[in-house]
Amino acid sequence: MLKEKLLLQLNSVEEYERTPIPENKLKGWKSFIGMYAGEHTAGTEFVIGPLFVAHGVSASDLLLGLFFGNVLAVLSWAFLTGPIAVNKRITLYYLLEKISGSKVTVVYNFVNALMFCFLAGSMIAVSATAVGIPFDMAMPSLNDWFPSTIGWIVVVIAVGVLTTTVAMFGYTQISKFANVAAPWMIMVFIAAALSVLPDLGVHSISDFWSKANDTIWTGIPLEGQSQFTFWHVLFFAWFVNMAMHIGMADLSILRYAKKWYYGFSSATGMYLGHYIAWVASGILYSLFLLESSYSTQFAPGPVAYRAAGLAGAICVVIAGWTTANPTIYRAGLALQAIRPKWKTWKVTAIVGVITTSAALFPALVMKLLEFVALYGLMLMPMGAVIMMDVYVLPKLNLQSNFAEFFNRKFNPSAAISWLLTLLSAIFFNVYFGIEVFFLGLPGWFIASLVYIISSKVVQQKVGKPMESIA
Amino acid sequence: MKLLLKPISYIGLLLTLIPSFLVFTGNISLDSCKMLMLIGTIVWFVSAPSWMNKAEE
Repeated sequence: MLKEKLLLQLNSVEEYERTPIPENKLKGWKSFIGMYAGEHTAGTEFVIGPLFVAHGVSASDLLLGLFFGNVLAVLSWAFLTGPIAVNKRITLYYLLEKISGSKVTVVYNFVNALMFCFLAGSMIAVSATAVGIPFDMAMPSLNDWFPSTIGWIVVVIAVGVLTTTVAMFGYTQISKFANVAAPWMIMVFIAAALSVLPDLGVHSISDFWSKANDTIWTGIPLEGQSQFTFWHVLFFAWFVNMAMHIGMADLSILRYAKKWYYGFSSATGMYLGHYIAWVASGILYSLFLLESSYSTQFAPGPVAYRAAGLAGAICVVIAGWTTANPTIYRAGLALQAIRPKWKTWKVTAIVGVITTSAALFPALVMKLLEFVALYGLMLMPMGAVIMMDVYVLPKLNLQSNFAEFFNRKFNPSAAISWLLTLLSAIFFNVYFGIEVFFLGLPGWFIASLVYIISSKVVQQKVGKPMESIA
Repeated sequence: MKLLLKPISYIGLLLTLIPSFLVFTGNISLDSCKMLMLIGTIVWFVSAPSWMNKAEE
């Protein structure tokens, strides 16, 4: 009886993968404010803030870089993703299929799903560092790549199963949980940082700036870590979610928005989440470094537990969870676009297994900055393709939605744009030593330009019925 | 009862935040702060779900 009821509920999960969102299913501001605040006050924040400290960012570079980088991220959501999401009201994957054809989309969706799995996996790993505290689990360190204890494997699998089960019940459940958790998580981040300031020698507001420079963000990287500057922070803050805004993955989320400007609701995630949470977690980590004589252990759970007790540890678990859940959901959508007949919950279950397996490797957490930059870079070219297809091609008298219009399974223009952008990124990285954090911006222009030029060439060869252009 | 839930939730949220200011100003110990934060957490998660998601629906 219970099994039948559960199956009925799972099968009734309707996420409108291949149809526009109906009017009565659109969501208001609160849903997006909660979703963005919850998603970006997340497990990653417990890792990114500390990694900035490890990379020797100075206090002023951090605060200014985060401010301007987050402004650029919010503007990207509001002016790039929001209008297209509301105009089309379909998922990124379905729109991409109309533009680039099923063959390109299959490859893209597979890469996309894999990246989402790794990201969600890192969040499960972060949660596991908190869940493992009462079991005295050995924590991973900055140099760990592989799972080293049975305890770690057991805890990661337990967290992964629980996270996947919630994600299987769809976006509504995730949104509800994120809504409730978001305000509380922000309070815990602020409270945890504030309560350890006296231990860092900050006893009044006037002490803060000198201690921030001398003790917290010293400007000196830890051994083996590269030096970060203002520009690293700015571009990282802007591009940490590049796949979601410039890369258009959040079409899948913002298509539920009543108005295009709901994209501005990402500001809750950027400022309450990324800004405050990265600063706060950096403060917590600097105390850990001081008290542990610069130990290489890297485990957000115990760090939060030291500052805020059980509430801190619970926050790490929930923060990881509220990121892992929508990410697993997105990965499920990406895979379902390859196999549309599969049930959403079954796809999500498969994604959960891949994600949990990835979470077993601590390297995902230790190299998180590089991974999220790479993941944004890899998916971004298709965002540029969509932008050009929606806004520029019609102005050049070229046909949008090439694959759908010409009934083709393969749009060479989209494939060439993606490939050339990634090849040029590798070229700039290898021959000019440009770090992965800075490759997204030139990459976007390359992808856009290549798509426009190649569309012109391809569509001339294919031959376009003129009456369709009007 | 429903009218009371919202203020109770906000009290839970304040219990999570305010003690840290008191630690910063030296008025309470970090251990007391941790205990109050935990109470605030429980109050929030017990009371908030019943009105937050309903308001959205």
